[in-house]
Amino acid sequence: MNIAAGSWPRTGRGLSILAAHIEVTRIRMDWQAFWLTIRLAVVVAAILTVVGLPIAYWMTYSRWRWKFLVEAVVALPIVLPPTVLGFYVLVALGSRSPVGRWWQALTGHTLAFTFTGLVIGSIVYSLPFAVQPFAAGFASVDSRLLAASATLGASRLRTFLRVVLPLSVPGLVTGVVLSFAHTMGEFGVVLMVGGNIPGVTRTVSIDIYDRVQALDYASANQTALVLLGISFVAMCVVYGVNRRVWVWWK
Amino acid sequence: MLEIRISKRFANVERKFSLKAECACAPGITILFGASGAGKTTLLDCIAGLTTPDAGRIAVGNRVFFDCEQGLNLAVQRRGVGYVFQDLALFPHLSAEENIGYGLSGKERTTRTDEILESFRIAHLRKRKPREISGGERQRVALARALVIDPCVLLLDEPLAALDAVTKSKMIDDLQAWNRAHRIPIIYVTHSREEVFALGERVVVLEKGKIVAQGTPHDVMTAPRQESVAQLVGFENVFDGAVVAVLEYRGTMRCRIAGSKVELETPLVRVKSGVSPVRVGIRAGDILLATVHPQGLSARNVLPGRVLSLEERDMIVIARVDCGVEMTVHLTLAARDVLELQPGREVWLVVKTHSCHVMAK
Repeated sequence: MNIAAGSWPRTGRGLSILAAHIEVTRIRMDWQAFWLTIRLAVVVAAILTVVGLPIAYWMTYSRWRWKFLVEAVVALPIVLPPTVLGFYVLVALGSRSPVGRWWQALTGHTLAFTFTGLVIGSIVYSLPFAVQPFAAGFASVDSRLLAASATLGASRLRTFLRVVLPLSVPGLVTGVVLSFAHTMGEFGVVLMVGGNIPGVTRTVSIDIYDRVQALDYASANQTALVLLGISFVAMCVVYGVNRRVWVWWK
Repeated sequence: MLEIRISKRFANVERKFSLKAECACAPGITILFGASGAGKTTLLDCIAGLTTPDAGRIAVGNRVFFDCEQGLNLAVQRRGVGYVFQDLALFPHLSAEENIGYGLSGKERTTRTDEILESFRIAHLRKRKPREISGGERQRVALARALVIDPCVLLLDEPLAALDAVTKSKMIDDLQAWNRAHRIPIIYVTHSREEVFALGERVVVLEKGKIVAQGTPHDVMTAPRQESVAQLVGFENVFDGAVVAVLEYRGTMRCRIAGSKVELETPLVRVKSGVSPVRVGIRAGDILLATVHPQGLSARNVLPGRVLSLEERDMIVIARVDCGVEMTVHLTLAARDVLELQPGREVWLVVKTHSCHVMAK
């Protein structure tokens, strides 16, 4: 195994050359699984940003007495075994549930064991990783600024767009990066909901598991290293932004 | 005319507090005076609509902001109240210009922002963020932001607290010029005596959620009848005492300070003769110090004492003097140096009869 930087081809044709090179050195990186995982993580992070912002807004500013119930539900995926979560998502998406039947009537196939199913499962699984940093970001905005905005005639939406959002950039970045990174590395939910269909639901973490099962430690190591690197970069971004190492937003 | 008649109760675990206030503020500056925690900011928040009172009514002229009986509560956004917050609450990510233009829209935004930037002499700061300008400049930006929306009421929560004397007097001039031109009710919160006299046409004194006195600054501040007001308006020395002699023909009486042999001649006030309990308030700045026994004075109270300590603060010297009771005396730096004062020094305290303010207990 020789993947030291110096030995990599410098032809500049990108990853396909790199892949071919690794093929030659007999270490097989499953690029299909890799790109599928990236695609999944991007889609999930994008949807969670859209879905998570209003939930986080409500959680930050609502004075409803039973708010804690919603907070508990949103936080559940942090402590729940992914298999348990995956199991319920699978049941909910399956052809016996109303949602599953409706989807089947609409599209002709079930949601389980599809990329869409995987996206839905991942959204539930990564929800707290988006919502909680968003909410923490909103809560860190001085309430007197919101009061000032209101006395100047700004509606809640305008206050949110002009004051709250720009001042909670670190929280927003944290939420987006964490939901991306968390989805990149998920295993249990993917296995339960998606199975292991190459090109459809086979993600890198499942690929690593398969390699280890086949005693191909070198390839498992290769893939694991890539995942480790991505996660490390993600954490660096999160802490760097929160420590104000890069400040581009104000 | 701003009319307020509200009650509000907070039943938090950490702070039980209730506010009950009834007052009318004509156009012009009304000073809202009180110690911290008296409910001044809560009252402003109720007027602005940031806090909803439990009961009562708030109206400006015929515009009703809040009426409990009619179930009416106008949204903050639609009240048109200018509010300068204690910590200013400038948007940290927006420039001075963007802060000021925040409450405006369309064409008006640029024209009116430019106008007010000019008139507040801050046009050169337009592109700067709040953290890039000085405290006094931030204050101007905050005031400009509140005034540019043409409010029907202006609320100022200790707007000058953090400023030096020069900047402060410039801001007071600006505010008074604006007040003369616009004549809307302005409520100005402070606990500084100087600001009360410099600005106020009327004073409302708030204590523990209740209005305890109101009137012109002179009436309220110079002859406080209530001890709470006395402490608020800066009687550094307040003593329990008893009337020991009433000298009706002279218009004075003698009071002995409790727990001491010190007797003071004070103006005559209507108290029961004999041993009526009273309180005597003396401002630290109204007491003279002498290093030799003074003679040929009109002042009736000359007390021997000894300097306990001297502390320099904000260009004045605060002396604590033991003369049977402990008195706080304010001196200038020059006076301290000329008299060569130091702790342990024997001195005489001189207090005029009319510097002793007697309050019924």
